[in-house]
Amino acid sequence: MEKLRETLKETWHFYMKTLNLVAKGSKAYYAWCLLLLAFIAIGFIYYLKQHDIGLFATNMNDQVSWGLYIANFTYLVGAAAAAVLLVIPSYVYHFKPIKEIVILGELFAASSVIMAILFVMVDLGRLDRFWHMIPFIGEMNFPESLLAWDVLALNGYFFLNILIPVYLLVKYYYRKEPNWKFILPFILISIPWAVAIHTVTAFLYNGLPARPFWNASILAPRFLASAFCSGPAIIILIFQIIRKVSAVKLEDEALFKIAELIAYAMFLNLFLLGSEIYKEYYSHSIHMAAFEYLFEGLHGHNLLVPWIWAAMAMNVIAFFIFLVPSTRKRLTTLNLGCLLVIVGVWIEKGPGFVIPGFVPDPLGEVHEYIPNLLELMVSFGIWALGLLIFTLLMKVAIPIVTGEFTHTEYEKEVTALKHR
Amino acid sequence: MRDKNYTRREFIRNLSLTAIAGMSIPLLSACSKEEVEDFLQKHFLEMTEEEKKRLIAKLEERYQQKYGKKFQISMKEAQQDTLWGYGLELSRCIGCRRCVYACVKENNQSRYKRQLHWIRVLQLKRGNLINLENSEHYYNPDTVPEKGYIYLPVQCQQCQNPPCVKVCPVHATWQEPDGIVVVDYNWCVGCRYCIAACPYKGRVFNWGEPNIPPEELNTSVHYLGNRPRMKCAVEKCTFCIQRVRSGRYPACVEACPTGTRKFGNLLDPKSEIRYIIENKRVFRLKEDLNTDSKFYYFFEG
Amino acid sequence: MKKTILAITFAFLLGIYFVSFVSGVSQEFPVSPPPMTEGMFPCSSCHASMEVNRKKRELKDEHPDIKLHHAETMRWCLDCHDARNRDKLRLYNGEVINFTEGYRLCGECHGNVYKAWRAGIHGKRTGYFAGPGKRTYFLCAHCHDPHEPKFKPIKPEPPPLRPTEPENAR
Repeated sequence: MEKLRETLKETWHFYMKTLNLVAKGSKAYYAWCLLLLAFIAIGFIYYLKQHDIGLFATNMNDQVSWGLYIANFTYLVGAAAAAVLLVIPSYVYHFKPIKEIVILGELFAASSVIMAILFVMVDLGRLDRFWHMIPFIGEMNFPESLLAWDVLALNGYFFLNILIPVYLLVKYYYRKEPNWKFILPFILISIPWAVAIHTVTAFLYNGLPARPFWNASILAPRFLASAFCSGPAIIILIFQIIRKVSAVKLEDEALFKIAELIAYAMFLNLFLLGSEIYKEYYSHSIHMAAFEYLFEGLHGHNLLVPWIWAAMAMNVIAFFIFLVPSTRKRLTTLNLGCLLVIVGVWIEKGPGFVIPGFVPDPLGEVHEYIPNLLELMVSFGIWALGLLIFTLLMKVAIPIVTGEFTHTEYEKEVTALKHR
Repeated sequence: MRDKNYTRREFIRNLSLTAIAGMSIPLLSACSKEEVEDFLQKHFLEMTEEEKKRLIAKLEERYQQKYGKKFQISMKEAQQDTLWGYGLELSRCIGCRRCVYACVKENNQSRYKRQLHWIRVLQLKRGNLINLENSEHYYNPDTVPEKGYIYLPVQCQQCQNPPCVKVCPVHATWQEPDGIVVVDYNWCVGCRYCIAACPYKGRVFNWGEPNIPPEELNTSVHYLGNRPRMKCAVEKCTFCIQRVRSGRYPACVEACPTGTRKFGNLLDPKSEIRYIIENKRVFRLKEDLNTDSKFYYFFEG
Repeated sequence: MKKTILAITFAFLLGIYFVSFVSGVSQEFPVSPPPMTEGMFPCSSCHASMEVNRKKRELKDEHPDIKLHHAETMRWCLDCHDARNRDKLRLYNGEVINFTEGYRLCGECHGNVYKAWRAGIHGKRTGYFAGPGKRTYFLCAHCHDPHEPKFKPIKPEPPPLRPTEPENAR
């Protein structure tokens, strides 16, 4: 009983301290959080309208039945999978410069997965029937439906990316060495699991013979390659910010190593894209219509053409920035490269992937799709929510990692009280 | 060692309980008894006979309230030894779209915001049949048929190997024993994966609440067929399940002025559709996708 | 006595044979009545008292609303309508049939279509194909005007609305 009360008191103290940490910060921090909260509020209001009218409030239609939400979902699953790119060097190869930041990277993966799941949830027509998808309670169509696999994979990955960092953080909070025998299997399993979540998402599209644009075996490798470009690029940018606003020591070495890995991933991405383009244009069957729509325009419809060419340019430039050591090892060009990769891969993998799958539709119709204001606001809202969650997690995790926020403080307080 | 375990577990549990308590209060207070009943409704295939009867009574009452009309909702099951097949004589289709609108009337489809058609008639230039990318959906000449064109109506092909059934994450769509692929509208979550998977664009989605003028409602309905649907549920041609299970022709077959459409039981050797398959040169759309469709097109002259 | 009974039985059987011969074939396909123009049938009400003019000509004063566009270079009215009994149709071998059996006449030239019609796969289908109701057959003349059989083009129903059209968009 005494033990229980003790632990409850400790938990409450921890809770209060985290709230303290989260509520106190610099002016920039407040501005950032307020901005994010504003976007979240606006997004939520727009979502309520969509929940009321139905998906009629968006610009999606029977011909293009997936739009901005699923585009963002695809991109974010890739970003989440990229956390594994940090896990492998640090835990498997014990590359010291990265070791401290792995936890932060995994928390980023968790926020990414939350955003991905939220995007699917806002895309569902009947969110109130979500329980139909829960295994055993509902009627989950496992193993036939890839969406069922995706639900399981994403939730499992989310669980892993909460369990591992939280476990390690709590251990660091108590200034104890983690029990590697317990946690290492989870860490090791998260590596193939990260590959799995993105493969399952790719297979989701891949297994549809009705859509020749997606029915290509090259899809899963392409997804992984582009994921390993965009995710680490986001991580590089985020960690420079973290380095600036906190006491976390991050060597440039770590960032440059990650950038090198991005270079290889980008080469693979461009090579696979090149293979697809060759196959479609050389075979020149009618199934290349979707490619034609994307890169040239089809029957006068060419909304996506400038976007995809911009993305191609960005990817190629970024590839060279990451490849050449002098540009890779200079922070200004490195950051430029990261921005180019993030935006370029978003275009290529988001709208540049989901929408051409529907153009032309199975009966040959061509309908273009532009997201409307509601979809944009809801998407911004979800991105803001993910960033806010990540920010708050960082606000608590970083002090623990750097040793500022530990249990010893509580122990000091308790002993001080006892002495009084 | 035990301290830390408790702390970690306690922390997570406290956080989650607070969150759930915080979220559920507004949610529960906003729900009426009806909404809670709807929320908890089981999958159609899991219901007992008693539950199905209660469901019919509930729906009839609801439709009476909403539309002011008495609906007859049937849950008639598939007959033994039936496998419905459809024949379409392409040489006779003139593209008049009478089938499209007969279907709309029979099956209570939304008329506007958004208009839903289960049948789509494609206009193809002569000399071209399989490449549907050259089709025209919105042709509107003064008279049909136009010279130099043929017309190809497409609807759900009720595949024996349906890609839509494979991909539905919640089993909201399945194939009945008599070959019709049906949707439990109350179970569908609206993810639209089936629409992405269908090679024939047979499925359409109720993006918003359907709009049907009350005087045009068809009140003899089947639970899995043409009963009035709700927003954000997928729907599709069901071979007029409310008609064929009593031996009547589907609405599109009856509406066609040139006798293009044929229907029958593939397992009955004396049926019209069997005669067609055995004596005419039939083909199915996109046969290379191996969907084993039951919609047979053929040419006469 | 025996001879009388035999004769009566023979006559009876002969009668049945003839009766079945004439009306039995028409019961093979249950069709609705032929679509005659109002007030026209029975044709013999006028033609019984008229002289038969077998000269092939274009009808100007009589039946002005009937324009023959059906193999008119090879046939004319009295090739299908029996000259002596206008209430009947005439097959190629001279046999006369009722209007309710008109498909036999059409089937003489349009054999493939006749075969398909008999199997039930030509023409409009309505009603029941199985179950409590009976399969309905239509006569050729119910859909095809025998004098001008080519279907006239009709106005199509409206095309589907595009998603962006105002009636369909928000």
